[in-house]
Amino acid sequence: MKMNKSLDQKIGFSLIFSMMLITLFFLGSLVYFIAVRGAGIISWQFLTDVPREAMTKGGVAPAIVGTFYLMLGSVLVALPLGVACAIYLCEYSPKKTIVNLIRISINNLAGVPSVVFGLFGLAVFVKFFGFGVSILSGCLTLGIMVLPNIISASQEALIAVPQSHREASLALGATQWQTIKKVVLPGSLPGILTGVILSIGRVAGETAPILFTAGTFYMRGFPKSPLSETMVLPYHIYALMTEGVHPEFQVKIAYGCAFILLILVLLVSSFAIILRQQQRSRYGI
Amino acid sequence: MESELKIRLETVNFFYGKQQALKDISFEVYKNKVTAVIGPSGCGKSTLIRLFNRMNELIPNTRLEGKIRLDRQNIYEPQVDVVELRRRVGMVFQKPNPFPKSIFENVSYGLAVNGIKDRDYLAEKVERSLKDAALWKEVSGRLYKSALALSGGQQQRLCIARALAVEPEVILFDEPCSALDPTATLKIEELIQRLKEKYTIIIVTHNMQQAARISDQTAFLMLGELIEYDLTNKIFTSPSKKITEDYITGRFG
Repeated sequence: MKMNKSLDQKIGFSLIFSMMLITLFFLGSLVYFIAVRGAGIISWQFLTDVPREAMTKGGVAPAIVGTFYLMLGSVLVALPLGVACAIYLCEYSPKKTIVNLIRISINNLAGVPSVVFGLFGLAVFVKFFGFGVSILSGCLTLGIMVLPNIISASQEALIAVPQSHREASLALGATQWQTIKKVVLPGSLPGILTGVILSIGRVAGETAPILFTAGTFYMRGFPKSPLSETMVLPYHIYALMTEGVHPEFQVKIAYGCAFILLILVLLVSSFAIILRQQQRSRYGI
Repeated sequence: MESELKIRLETVNFFYGKQQALKDISFEVYKNKVTAVIGPSGCGKSTLIRLFNRMNELIPNTRLEGKIRLDRQNIYEPQVDVVELRRRVGMVFQKPNPFPKSIFENVSYGLAVNGIKDRDYLAEKVERSLKDAALWKEVSGRLYKSALALSGGQQQRLCIARALAVEPEVILFDEPCSALDPTATLKIEELIQRLKEKYTIIIVTHNMQQAARISDQTAFLMLGELIEYDLTNKIFTSPSKKITEDYITGRFG
């Protein structure tokens, strides 16, 4: 028997639509619960003060500042390295077999659990280079962790630049390097920024890599230099939920931290999103 | 009028890997003339025209035999600077490919990459090039708007203006009208007719009427071989080979 075509289409659409609703529901409820449980504790003091009385009073300002430093620092580490690597792989490297080998290794690197990066950071940056448990070590570790994401996103973005634009540039007497600088990179910037946005979210949320490289769960002041250790929101949440003897206060603070973490990621990402939008409209992509 | 020699191909063979795309091609292109390259799809027209600015080198695993001389200099000799060659031999592509930048940036691109920064000179050159490409009147009020907002035909004339700005000696057109409507095509054809006063032009086209209308010399290519090369008039009225006649009368192709 032949099925009615338009009925078939309606069923298809409704299925897809309900899946979308379910997804939206989970996302919405996540934000809702974190906001309901966390927003109540947010106050000026909570945002600007250091923790007091064994993490039961005061604020979480050092953790906010620390998380911000790590997001910024790790992007500063990963962006130049990742983009350069992607450019080499897409635009310069002569041998396809080597490129594929490198690509496979990079993709595998993306699948390595973050705690492994933490141990690597401990061994290399904290111990070998002697940076100690510090913001610097944390940024380098997190930067290397998100490097594969930045490279993949950049590669996708570079490949998406039409070959005809490269040809047009070369045909006008531009060198390959000028072509990359003036045509290929501007055209791929929105895609690269998407990679950055995703990486920022990942960096902000990871606990394991900074456990041994940058984080401390209690500080009386703010980090003073790139070589000082720092509080960070995800680790602080973890500490609040697993340590200490006043869960009645600590759990509330933990939700407050989670809420701030969400907002912080949103703020930093929206900066990148605005930048991406500007690029897109400027170049009419 | 005595024609001056501009480009000369000497038994050129070209390979994509093991596949031979061009076989023993020799002919001469004259200064300030329009030379058309016609032939059925896949005959090697585009491959041939992309030899003149060494564009085929971007494709890995290709090999060239023979010599291509531009003003007597073999352009495939190691000491030839390919960047400078491409400035001298401009190219307009099949699909209009303006950069996703402003109209001004598009036209001044070739000058900018050649190190010219003088703003007044750039502005003057951009205006001159757009006028030469018969686009100035349509875009003079929106030079700083995105080039992608232009119509297909305007985009192609922009690409011509962009090529003109670097003052090439030769301009290669690779089926420049295949993505355009008849009105836009007519404009480009008129333009090419005028451009030959200053430039040497080589145009690939699958449109025989177009070749007949605008070119002085025509090369007929088939399966990578040069079947016939002569004055356009001669090719289209009394070709010396039967197969040429069959092709131009539309019996195949």
